[in-house]
Amino acid sequence: MTTKSTATGPRVAYVNARLLDPASNLDQPGGLLTDGESIADFGPHVTPSAYPADAEMVDCDGYCLAPGLVDIRVQLREPGEEHKGTLASAGRAATAGGITSMVCLPNTHPVIDDMSVVEFVARRARLLGLTKVYPYAAVTKGLEGNSLAEIGMLAEAGAVAFTDGVKSVASARVMRQALQYARTFDVLIVEHAEEPTLAAGGAMNAGEVATRLGLVGIPREAEVIIVERDIHLVRLTGGRLHFAHLSTTAAIDAVRLAKRGGLAVTCDTAPPYFAMNENAIGDYRTFAKLSPPLRAEEDRLAVIEGLLDGTIDAIASDHAPEDEDAKRLPFAQAAFGGIGLETLLSVSLELHHNGHLPLLDVLRLITCNPANLMGLPAGRLAKGARADLTLFDPDRAWQVREHELYSKSKNTPFDYRPVQGRVLMTVVDGRRVFALRG
Amino acid sequence: MPPEISLLLDRSESYVAQNRRADKKQSLLRGRTIINLFFEASTRTRTSFELAGKRLGADVINMSVSTSSVRKGETVIDTAMTLNAMHPDVLIVRHPESGAVKLLSEKVNCAVINAGDGSHEHPTQALLDALTIRRRKGRLDGLKVAICGDILHSRVARSNIHLLNIMGARVRVVAPRTLLPRAVERLGVEVYHDMGEGLAGCDIVMMLRLQTERMQGNYFPSIREYFHFFGLDYEKLGRASAEALIMHPGPMNRGVEIDSLVADDYGRSVIREQVEMGVAVRMACLELLTGDPAGGDRGNI
Repeated sequence: MTTKSTATGPRVAYVNARLLDPASNLDQPGGLLTDGESIADFGPHVTPSAYPADAEMVDCDGYCLAPGLVDIRVQLREPGEEHKGTLASAGRAATAGGITSMVCLPNTHPVIDDMSVVEFVARRARLLGLTKVYPYAAVTKGLEGNSLAEIGMLAEAGAVAFTDGVKSVASARVMRQALQYARTFDVLIVEHAEEPTLAAGGAMNAGEVATRLGLVGIPREAEVIIVERDIHLVRLTGGRLHFAHLSTTAAIDAVRLAKRGGLAVTCDTAPPYFAMNENAIGDYRTFAKLSPPLRAEEDRLAVIEGLLDGTIDAIASDHAPEDEDAKRLPFAQAAFGGIGLETLLSVSLELHHNGHLPLLDVLRLITCNPANLMGLPAGRLAKGARADLTLFDPDRAWQVREHELYSKSKNTPFDYRPVQGRVLMTVVDGRRVFALRG
Repeated sequence: MPPEISLLLDRSESYVAQNRRADKKQSLLRGRTIINLFFEASTRTRTSFELAGKRLGADVINMSVSTSSVRKGETVIDTAMTLNAMHPDVLIVRHPESGAVKLLSEKVNCAVINAGDGSHEHPTQALLDALTIRRRKGRLDGLKVAICGDILHSRVARSNIHLLNIMGARVRVVAPRTLLPRAVERLGVEVYHDMGEGLAGCDIVMMLRLQTERMQGNYFPSIREYFHFFGLDYEKLGRASAEALIMHPGPMNRGVEIDSLVADDYGRSVIREQVEMGVAVRMACLELLTGDPAGGDRGNI
């Protein structure tokens, strides 16, 4: 990858690229021209010998140039827990992972249940100029599950959708009213599906491994109970609902049936749930303590099946930074969660390398599909659209090592994993915000 | 258009005139006994019925019954039977449970007027609203009426939807989905969730009180959000017809469902006129139910 700068204007020509745009099923050699913050042109006619003379030239060496990735489930920890992660550290990690838009959960301190916090997060992220940040706001005040947050005014302030973050809305009545009220403003509710009383006290998936390790299990039924309940409530209210990070066979089957029935139900999963199973916990590895917990092998296969047949609409990183103090503890006391911004593309590409999905279909799950779910102006190559781009080598092999990651917290469940596919450059609004060293 | 409603409204007109005179009293119902039986707190409706009866020359007794500590069905029937034995001519009944007035009316042999039962019906309110509109607009037929706010808990809304539809008006309801009952469109209304769209071109804007005392759970997140999206202010009112009238059955929550400036805009707000029409309409109801001294069939309203 070389650049040639005789540039006199704000234009940049990315040439010798393999252009990939899942939204338009584009996969062909060509180039892309940006003008300031926007995409001015792209296609086979943008070549090293045919680009505007005033433009800077970036030679992509045949690597893949795709829309910047869209990640719809990220925990930022700012405001409130900056020792675990900040908007700046997450922004650097996200750009290193090729992510140009991310949607952050409201479980900060203070909770994003007030217009002022929505505006705080949006303004801080804008000033950083890294990955764009779109906030979720809380469904219920203080994420306490009792009374509705100001969904209408929060949506006006810029909240893209509503979720109680890492908690389910436990009360069926509150969820019914949330779906009904949200439908008044045509906004989406996002649910972490886990029946809280059934999951209480659990540390990992219930089953043989938990029994052998002597850990309290979280039954898989905790997920499907909420999924089934909520599907019935969607049918009752006509609301729109999205399930985050589904991990079990039964829950995915339930969503598949609901979609066939024409209900406005969608879902995503996260890389750990199709790339690993509960055995990754091994000898009490707390970096593999996730929420929902890593499940059995049959569930992992069901997640892949759901990705293949379109039941699962998107893959999100489920980035959840936890510092050493929260992870270097006996397994049951350790915090749930793993970081994922920098491994989203590489681990998702395993679906391609293992022969499950064509490259374009893998990209679809991390670009236009999640953008469409959240109504974000992102995730596609289009003239006039913002120049949010990812340049990556789909085949380059590397090993994930926690200390080499940009994320402030290092709790990756993929530590030591050999992966294939690496981000070389990330462009946000026409600006190169990340370039791989070496 | 049903003649009995037109007749009631026509008769009410003469009582409007009577109520504006210095001598407001006549003796049409002399010797008759009317009992105001209220199982739920009320000031304006009870007073309105009391004045209506007294101005027609009847003897009016007010009874307020607390329902808090008794099994309601039993009490309603027991009370009805007891009062019935005293030979009243009219019982005017309000009850917090839907259907309770009907239950009571089956146990007595005098006329019964429903003064509001739960979230079911409030027929004299709908009649007084119709009278207010007809006097201002000259008609009901073809008018666009938007009923806004807490439709779910509102007996006023149900009675108004019923009456206005019969009279040929086009009725819309405007509310967040949480404050609309299921299948409300089957009542013959157009449903809106946005005040601007719902008020567009309307001749009548009828605001409802948020009945927080009937609310369990989350129907809206906060008063300020409710007012922001569903409170009537001049900006939202701007979408209605320039001659649109503003109505409210009272009591108002200022700054919740209606901005004070709008409520007190005497050019457009007919909220106080509604109260005046209430006495006249109730006099007409009493007259029609009991006025025939020959003792024809006594009905219920």
